[in-house]
Order: sequence, then C-alpha cells, then structure tokens
Amino acid sequence: MSVLAAIRPDSWNFPLLLHVFGAMILVGGLVTAVTALLLGWRRDTPFYSRLGFWSLLLVAFPAWWIMRIGGEWIASKEDFPEGDEPTWLGIGYITAELGGLLLLIAIILTGIGVRRMRKQESEKSSLVRIGGVLATLILCAYIVAMWAMSGKPG
Amino acid sequence: MAFYDWLLFLHIASAFALVAALVVFWTIAVAARNVDRPVESLRYFSIAKPANILVAAGTVGTLIFGIWLAIDSDAYHPWDWWVLFAIVLWAISASTGQRGGQTYQQAAQLASQLASEGRADEPSAELQMRLQDRRAMWLNIVSSAAVLALLVIMIYKPGA
Repeated sequence: MSVLAAIRPDSWNFPLLLHVFGAMILVGGLVTAVTALLLGWRRDTPFYSRLGFWSLLLVAFPAWWIMRIGGEWIASKEDFPEGDEPTWLGIGYITAELGGLLLLIAIILTGIGVRRMRKQESEKSSLVRIGGVLATLILCAYIVAMWAMSGKPG
Repeated sequence: MAFYDWLLFLHIASAFALVAALVVFWTIAVAARNVDRPVESLRYFSIAKPANILVAAGTVGTLIFGIWLAIDSDAYHPWDWWVLFAIVLWAISASTGQRGGQTYQQAAQLASQLASEGRADEPSAELQMRLQDRRAMWLNIVSSAAVLALLVIMIYKPGA
C-alpha cells in the first residue's frame, strides 16, 4: 500500500492536490456554518444565522466545486474499469453528489430563513434550523468520505 | 483496513481538523475586521471555541501520526528530506499560528472584561486595534501559507 502510494504518477499530483485542498476548505466552511447555526438555536439567532448562511455560500459552496472538479479529474486519470470501481470510490461519489445536493438545499433554506428573519424582525426561523441540521448531516457524511478516501477499504 | 491505513486516516483527519480550524479563524477574521463593540466580538469568539480544540488536535495529530507513518512505512523514512522539510514547515506553522493567536486571545479577554463592566455595547478603540493588529494578521498569513506548503509537500513528496 505504502509502496503503491509512493509510485503514484506525477501527473496525478495536481488533481489530487486540488481535490484534497477543496475538501479541506469545504469541511472548514461546514464547521464554521454548523457552529454558527447551532449557536443560533440558543441565542442571537439573526447574527449567527447570517454568518452560517454566508459561510455556506461563500466558503463551502465554491470549495465543493474545487473538491468535485479535482476528484473527477483524478478519477479520469486512474481510469478504473466501469462497473469494477473500488468501494472507496463509490462512497466518495455518493457522498460528494448527495452532499452537494444537500449543501445547495441548506444554502437555499438558510438564505430564505435569514431573509424572512430580517423582513419580519423575527428571532427564530424553522428554515434556518433545517439548514443547520442539513449542514451537520453533510459534515458527518464528509467525515465518512474522508475515512473512505484515506483508508480505501475494499 | 490495515494498521497503516488507520494511521493514514488519522494523519489526514488531523490535517483536515487543522485546515478546518484555519478556515474558521479566517472567516471570523474577515467578518469581524470592523468590529469595535465587545458584544459583537464575543459572538465571533464563541464561534472560534470549537476551532481552538480542532487546531490543537490537528497540530499535534498531524505530527505524531505523520512521524508514526514514516516509521511504519517501507517506502518512507523519518529522515527523508521531504519529511524533515515538512517537520520544519509544521514548526513554522505552529509557532507563528500560536503567536498570532495570542493577540486575538488578548482581544477576547478585553472584550469579556468590558462586558463584565457593563460596557458590552460601547465601542472600544483598544478592542478594535487588537482585532485589526497587522502583526497578528501577518503571523497568521505565514502560518496558513506554511500549512498550504505542507499540503503540497505531502502530495508531491519530492525526492520520495
């Protein structure tokens, strides 16, 4: 395993760097958003909700694209035969795609929630709370993906 | 999964924790750049609390599991130059990050003190000065650049 890692072709390095860098920023953006949105459940909801929304939109969302483009690039270089892909790659694809969709839904829900809170001068929003739960789920899914990508089970 | 794979996972998980914490700190630094009231700054500092744990776990974990990997692996050795260079970068990142973070820690203490004196909503020039401290910002830039360089070294493994 370690020998195989050592002899990875040089041309794979940049796509891998892009993939890992994007994934790290994505997790960072999600950690910021989840912390803010969960803190908002208890106090100063509008402030924390705004910060959570902007973290998802300006940090996590662009990072998802960097992670996804890098991932697709390196997958095309590895060129596994169709239908015979390793388990870890399948886990990576499922979490990336599903996580991306949930991320988009979380951004939309928190965005609408923050807007409604501002308009109605309200202190609470169910939509922001749902967005917070979704962001937490995405973060958990990406921790599983990180385990699959690094340990490569199967 | 083999023992090596678990070590690799823990090493990478530590690196993710470290970078995630840096992203939290930078998000806060950018969002709070014009803050001068203790009440606002304390809100930002409360978001940084989990990141403080992540940065400590990530910094220690990357080094311990990284060296353990190098010892366990047949392909790499702890004395390989790229491993030694990575350790130097780790030391630069940890020391500059810690020194840069001290200024923000002092700002957090000042904000708590002002809030406890009932001045949470009053603008404070001293608090704003600490939050905009250029030296602290540059130390954090150096720390983050060292982490980015570490990531590049870990992927490319020059000389391996």
